[in-house]
Amino acid sequence: MSLLELENVTLKFGGVTAVDDVSFAVEEGEVFALVGPNGAGKSTIFNLISRIYDPFAGDIRFQGQSLLDRQPYEIAGLGIARTFQNIELFEQASVLQNLLVGRHKHRKSNPVGEMFFTPFVRREEKRHRKAVEEVIDFLDLQPYREKFIAGLPYGVRKVVEMGRALAIEPKLLLLDEPASGLSVEETQDVAFWIEDIKKLMGITVLMVEHDMSLVSAVSDRVMALADGRMLAIGTPEEVQRDPKVIEAYIGSDDAEDAA
Amino acid sequence: MRIIFKKSYDADIGLFKHGFHAFWYMLLLVIAIALPYLVGEFLLGEFTSMLIWAVAGMGLMLLVGHTGQASLGHAAFLAVGAYTNVLFMENWGLPFLLSMPLAGLCAAFAGMLIAIPTTKLHGIYLAIATMAIGILSESIIVILEPWTGGVSGIFAPDIELFGISFNRYANITGMYWLYLAITVLILIGYRNILRSPLGRSFAAVRDSEISAQAMGVNIARTRTLAFAISCGITGVAGAMMGHFSGVFNNETFNIVISITLLLMIVVGGIGFIQGAFMGAIVIVFLPQAISFVRDIINGMTGGSSMTIPGLESGVFGAILVAVILFEPNGLWGRWLKIRTYFELFPFYRRDMFRRQKSYLKTERMR
Ligand SMILES: Nc1ncnc2c1ncn2[C@@H]1O[C@H](COP(=O)(O)OP(=O)(O)OP(=O)(O)O)[C@@H](O)[C@H]1O
Ligand SMILES: [Mg+2]
Repeated sequence: MSLLELENVTLKFGGVTAVDDVSFAVEEGEVFALVGPNGAGKSTIFNLISRIYDPFAGDIRFQGQSLLDRQPYEIAGLGIARTFQNIELFEQASVLQNLLVGRHKHRKSNPVGEMFFTPFVRREEKRHRKAVEEVIDFLDLQPYREKFIAGLPYGVRKVVEMGRALAIEPKLLLLDEPASGLSVEETQDVAFWIEDIKKLMGITVLMVEHDMSLVSAVSDRVMALADGRMLAIGTPEEVQRDPKVIEAYIGSDDAEDAA
Repeated sequence: MRIIFKKSYDADIGLFKHGFHAFWYMLLLVIAIALPYLVGEFLLGEFTSMLIWAVAGMGLMLLVGHTGQASLGHAAFLAVGAYTNVLFMENWGLPFLLSMPLAGLCAAFAGMLIAIPTTKLHGIYLAIATMAIGILSESIIVILEPWTGGVSGIFAPDIELFGISFNRYANITGMYWLYLAITVLILIGYRNILRSPLGRSFAAVRDSEISAQAMGVNIARTRTLAFAISCGITGVAGAMMGHFSGVFNNETFNIVISITLLLMIVVGGIGFIQGAFMGAIVIVFLPQAISFVRDIINGMTGGSSMTIPGLESGVFGAILVAVILFEPNGLWGRWLKIRTYFELFPFYRRDMFRRQKSYLKTERMR
């Protein structure tokens, strides 16, 4: 049984078919990349997995169970964490607080106990803090702990968002363009982190990425999409050599990305 | 420049950020407790009124400042608190210490009832919906005349505590201490919420519903909870207000009060508990300050008591405009900047507090 399975998933926005009869499966322990020109439907697939949209047809299964009868807020609890293409952090809160929100699904205290801040709540807070500190160490976020998101540079925000997703301690991590807008050095860091996330933490990664050098470096398998339809699936080399993929990229403005 | 060394996670979890804060807030508390010996009865009455506004402000701040939900109808929950408190005392003979928290629970329940149908509304739409509730509640008070006394109003009985009975006129000191204790308790509860998962889920809902959801936060439930707690606190303030004014009717809780409450926390500093107190100070002491200045001017010019109609609201309006234009973080935000300037002297940078405010934003789906 695959960790995540999409089966003939279709989604339309008005006249636009954003995702058109897409099927693929992500195996446990692999890094799976989605590539494709702008508007291919990659982020929409993420949003479908997050249950932001209901598919018109098809099924999405996680560990064999359909996600379609789950509410959006239940997805994290199942062990699926994600980042957003246009960074969606909690702007008026510190890095620490952002990461701690990632611990929400591990919360055992109830609102009444929290109002009185019982010893149990305090113990829980320390437990969450320890978990978050591990993420901070892993991503080298120590200098930013107390900083407010609203004042942070773009590159750091991207890392914080990844950290927040890791704080969930997920089984499956969805990364939507983790390296977009980052410098070459920062992209290299991201590559190392993804390797470690897979090897050390044992987390399966599904990512969307335009930077083909990053995709080739870290992913085990790649799926190429265009206009919501699947073009090719295989190892990074196979997909990059596929004539349909090359054609799709030449037909769009992203030609240089495929090179 | 002050550098804080932290030795355990407790330092970050604590009620106060660090020892200095604890010291200053304790000093403030001592002064507040000693206040009846320091000021006269009239001023003490004003301070009592300030405490009531501060509690009401904390209620609204939790909703607007920390959860990012607009409310232009919070006077309705003041009313629920004030009326149910008196009804519990008069009809069931409950003592204030029971009727007041019960009144808060009633207001919290009312808030929950309002929150459930409005969970899908954001920003300006939520503001309009809550405003409608605020306006509606005035009429409901009149309609429920058998209980509320309608337009002629209702009298709040004296508070009886440990065998001492008091009201605003008979024993303002007792009332002040009682209200101070209530305020401090609510303040601690509020602070506890902010340093625990509940407070963080409020902030998550405020800043990005879409990613709060992805973190496993149930938006509808969290918003309903925020409404309930906010309205509960406001209801307690209503109960306090009822006893303080002695008699009240539908006019006591009109839409102007709702708007004043919202403007108050904006002036004080949205997103800070301290902002509720700063705002309450402005609301209560501004008229005093104006008449004080007027007396001085009259004394200098030798004119007899000159009065300018609408001066108070004019000055308040000017302060409000100045705050919105120059200091979106309100008076408390300004104070933080001044404090940081001196703490870091000479290293203060102008953009140190650069933060954008977007509390009434509408939700995008991406
Ligand atoms: N909420 C929405 N309403 C209407 N159309 C949408 C919505 N979200 C996405 N679309 C459309 O669906 C298509 C796929 O969009 P999607 O964001 O998934 O692309 P993408 O592959 O992530 O592209 P990019 O590389 O630019 O991020 C586009 O044509 C887009 O305009
Ligand atoms: Mg995208």
